[in-house]
Amino acid sequence: MSADFFYTVEVIINGLMTGVMYSLVALGFVLIFKASGVFNYAQGVMALFAAMTLVGIQTGQVPFAHLINTIFGTHLHKFGWEVPTLLAILLALGVMILFAFIVERYILKHLVNQDPIILFMATIGLAYFMEGFGDLMWGSEIKNLDVGLPQGGNIWLENATSDWADGFYGFYLDNLDMWATAIAVVLVASLIVFSNYTKTGRALRAVADDNQAALSVGISLRTIWVIVWSLAGFVALVAGIMWGAKSGVQFSLSLIALKALPVLMLGGFTSIPGAIVGGMIIGVGEKLFEFAVGPYIGGATENWFAYVLALLFLVFRPQGLFGEKIIERV
Amino acid sequence: MFYRESGDFKTTYAKDTQTFPIKLDRMGYYVILAVALILVPIMLMKDVGGGANYWTNAIFLPFLIWAVASIGLNILVGYCGQLSLGSGGFMAVGAYASYKLMTWDVPFIGELNFVVVVILSGVITAGVGILFGLPSLRIKGFYLAVATLAAQFFLVWLFNKVPWFYNYSASGQISVPTRSVLGFQVTGATAAPEAKYLLCLVILIVVALVARNLTRGRIGRSWMAIRDMDIAAEIIGVAPLKTKLSAFGVSSFFIGVAGALFFAVYLGAAEVGEAFGIQKSFLLLFMVIIGGLGSIFGSIVGAAFMVLMPVLLKNIMVGHLNWATDIAAHFEFVIVGALIILFLILEPHGLAQLWRLLKDKLRLWPFPH
Repeated sequence: MSADFFYTVEVIINGLMTGVMYSLVALGFVLIFKASGVFNYAQGVMALFAAMTLVGIQTGQVPFAHLINTIFGTHLHKFGWEVPTLLAILLALGVMILFAFIVERYILKHLVNQDPIILFMATIGLAYFMEGFGDLMWGSEIKNLDVGLPQGGNIWLENATSDWADGFYGFYLDNLDMWATAIAVVLVASLIVFSNYTKTGRALRAVADDNQAALSVGISLRTIWVIVWSLAGFVALVAGIMWGAKSGVQFSLSLIALKALPVLMLGGFTSIPGAIVGGMIIGVGEKLFEFAVGPYIGGATENWFAYVLALLFLVFRPQGLFGEKIIERV
Repeated sequence: MFYRESGDFKTTYAKDTQTFPIKLDRMGYYVILAVALILVPIMLMKDVGGGANYWTNAIFLPFLIWAVASIGLNILVGYCGQLSLGSGGFMAVGAYASYKLMTWDVPFIGELNFVVVVILSGVITAGVGILFGLPSLRIKGFYLAVATLAAQFFLVWLFNKVPWFYNYSASGQISVPTRSVLGFQVTGATAAPEAKYLLCLVILIVVALVARNLTRGRIGRSWMAIRDMDIAAEIIGVAPLKTKLSAFGVSSFFIGVAGALFFAVYLGAAEVGEAFGIQKSFLLLFMVIIGGLGSIFGSIVGAAFMVLMPVLLKNIMVGHLNWATDIAAHFEFVIVGALIILFLILEPHGLAQLWRLLKDKLRLWPFPH
């Protein structure tokens, strides 16, 4: 087999792993959309905020240091301690759960029964708020996130496969991507187990199915919303750790939400497996397109290819791959 | 006491269907028009207070241009119910179309008139809008919103990567040549503030009048029928294809006009990713929602609110409290976000609804019982 074939295979594998990273973000969208019908634009900013909080706690930054220094003329920067990674992750998770409480208490509760577009706009407002709030709290400079995951290419795999064909230097796969894939698989498996075999999980599915009926059998909608937003916060934290470790914690992290949207369209807004499969199709599709066609039309096609693919796909199947069939009655 | 429709008799059909049926409304409208068309340009020309350039560039021009765009988006989202996040891309189409038209040496005519350029840019944008509106026949709701993001990213990428659009300039930027309307220079750095202001104002007035009358007529009613329930509308004989695509076309036309003005009159030089990025699409959507979905007046007020608020915040924080600009910028995000959420909680139907409530109260004032 020729080197070109193996390069294509390498592109496909890398695409699959990128796709899994997209799915991680898309999962957060699906969780919230299923349970509360809210299209949560703030998911990407939540990932950014979670990652910033994690770095901030880990390195012992003083929250709002810049603001306090500006107003009171002090020179605070760091507490001078470092928190162990695991503890810092738990604390960051705690912050995300607190955040879920606040969102439910101060935003969602007041917007019950509004049009979906109003709720969507509210999450855009939330995204703006968190973006500014996160920057005020932890500073806006690019931060390194180190949670002890291995970085860089996998030398062993590269060496082992380098003599498979003439002119082929072996598969170049990033260690971090492989870890991310493994973690995503564990995360999805545990989410599925959680929603199928625990009482809370069943309550979640009941709310997703029909919230009126769920209310009438005694499920508290408000508790469910807090749980769902906490879960989405947890998924955001995982996504934030993965993307943050990959490319640094910075503003552009919040834009991965935009990459997750075509994944959602392809997989359907209401399907967890859809988010995974959609992510993989998008990941492989955009990498292959960039590899095969990109050089002829100026490159950087990754910005839009996913959207156009999803758009074309939707024209033939409007509810996405795994979405619930849309039945309309007058 | 003053705001009454009683005693204000209509004796002709034309009077009965006029835009402002209540006398006080009509008088207020004429007063505002007089101030905007006569007083403000004179003040700008005489440079009263010495800030004519600042006022024009920081407040008047952005407000007028965004109001045009916001009326355009409101037709699509507020009247026809099709959520669109691609407006930034459509504004870019308007801007690049106007650039190509202005730098095109037309056979036998030479240089095109600037007003013609603006209208043609709108027409081209309408074409692109209809093209990207085609999927709306199959896709609905949030799926459509995400689908319109395809327009946003694809168009920005296109204008960035194909050198023909920016005439092969080395920086990848487009910059506007100087053009005049009726002998007054309106584009370029040396144009007088009052000329720019008047051009944008006249275009806004025309756009608002056209939009207002479109939305009260047959076509506007068919848009609203599709918005309220598309299947029911189809059954009573509203053609979804024609209605949705006409909404996309008209909306994109106005957004394209706004894009052309934004580039040619306001910015002067533009780089597509920065000037017409996704942030602009969201900004426009905020204007429409805060102003009020399905209201022309609301679009204008929403644009005013979203243009004025950041200027005000910045003046307070940087000018009066002497904070560093980056902290002020972060605070601006926090406040804008919080205000949007607050607004949606307190009045989800926007500023236009507040105005309606106020008018209802005024009718009974001072004896509400």
